[in-house]
Amino acid sequence: MTQQTAESPARKQRAQLKVRTLRTDRWWLAPALTFAGLTFFLIYGFWAIFDKSYFVEPYIAPFSSPCLTTACPEGARLFGWAPIGDWFTLPPGLIILGLPAGFRFTCYYYRKSYYRSFWLSPPACAVGEPHKKYTGETRLPLVIQNVHRYFFYGAILIGAILSYDAVLALIHKPAGLGTWILLVNAALIVLYTLSCHSCRHITAGRLNHFSKHPLRYRAWTFVSKLNAKHMQLAWASLFSVMIADFYVRMVAKGVITFPFA
Amino acid sequence: MSYKGKFRVWRGEGGEGRLEDFTVEVNEGEVVLDVIHRLQATQAPDLAVRWNCKAGKCGSCSMEINGKPRLGCMTRMSTFTEDETITVTPMRTFPVIKDLVTDVSYNYQKAREIPSFTPPKDVKPGEYRMQQIDVERSQEFRKCIECFMCNNVCHVIRDHEENKTHFAGPRFLMRIAELDMHPYDVADRKDSAQEDHGLGYCNITKCCTEVCPEHIKITDNALIPMKERVVDRKYDPLVWLGNKIFRR
Repeated sequence: MTQQTAESPARKQRAQLKVRTLRTDRWWLAPALTFAGLTFFLIYGFWAIFDKSYFVEPYIAPFSSPCLTTACPEGARLFGWAPIGDWFTLPPGLIILGLPAGFRFTCYYYRKSYYRSFWLSPPACAVGEPHKKYTGETRLPLVIQNVHRYFFYGAILIGAILSYDAVLALIHKPAGLGTWILLVNAALIVLYTLSCHSCRHITAGRLNHFSKHPLRYRAWTFVSKLNAKHMQLAWASLFSVMIADFYVRMVAKGVITFPFA
Repeated sequence: MSYKGKFRVWRGEGGEGRLEDFTVEVNEGEVVLDVIHRLQATQAPDLAVRWNCKAGKCGSCSMEINGKPRLGCMTRMSTFTEDETITVTPMRTFPVIKDLVTDVSYNYQKAREIPSFTPPKDVKPGEYRMQQIDVERSQEFRKCIECFMCNNVCHVIRDHEENKTHFAGPRFLMRIAELDMHPYDVADRKDSAQEDHGLGYCNITKCCTEVCPEHIKITDNALIPMKERVVDRKYDPLVWLGNKIFRR
């Protein structure tokens, strides 16, 4: 295989423009906003995981659900279970954090956004990247991105649990503002999960004969429509989960006290 | 309504060159290619530019306008302000022959490396029977006019010349996806997409989709589905086990 450097003769045959880009629009705005949005989420998530005010009857904060240890208040435990027992004394959110975090980290949309905004590879289209070498997702560690579908299976589980939490809140406090915030959040999380590219592939994307599998084809058609909004759903669910989580914690801390909280 | 537009155009051969300034008449309703032609007719008769249909269907007049890969014939002058200086350069990923004309033979080389449509041996021409829903995914990819702006903008080769030997670029990875999704194609394309044509280099940053003048969803409908098919083959133990058990 011929290896050529940036100074190779082939490279010198290109137009020798010595600038990173000739774009005159604000190409830096989208990666800057993405960087700010994702950084804010990471900071909030770090705080929320270690915050202990995650439950107030009948609400449980999404970042700490499901609560699986005996350290959780009884009402916060999923189906009343505490399968992890009492040996785990760290915040309960740490146990399940890997599933939604892994799902978002390996998500095709988020990959695009953090490759652009954090790794600048590239920061925007037709803007030179700063790295001398590039191997993409061909080797470790980035080849691990291919496990995305397994995180998708886990995310389905998390989406179902958040929906269950929201329905419980609806049963016990139908007029509560928190109930409706949790319901909207659960709906957005489920829609984001179903709009995933791996979901699209699993429903029928892997098939070459849609006509032989009409039900799977219909499911694929539905997921494809959602998939076209994957980016919007990714951001909407990212903010909804933060808003829902923050709201529940504020109610639990007694900061929000109005009657329909 | 006419005005004098300010242009900076790349002039030179084989990579050596410079941006030259011109002031050219611009008329209402014109596109950048019209102005380039007027420049050729009035001030720079030796200016080289490749063009053909002037209707966005031949893919010849790919160039970079204010740093963005665009078709000269589809870029309206009304999208710029009258006092704006418009910079026109050749595609930056390919060697320059002269001025705005690049040598795009890399793309033809990559096209030749992909095995053509391979039907089952027992099905003869004229015996293919397919339903519309089985082929409509691939039909989107057939809209490609081979302007090669997707390959031009792809940072894998735009910023890394060394990757040209083992990366086919979005245009031809899309071609592989098109064939792999075809109901009558029996060639094994998943392993070769990853091993021979560099699908793993794609980090799905979607610039190919952004610049496509035919608005083909290259990343969402071709590259990511193809990546998922490769995962089935190479990285998913459950699919591997299922295939063994059910002898698929």
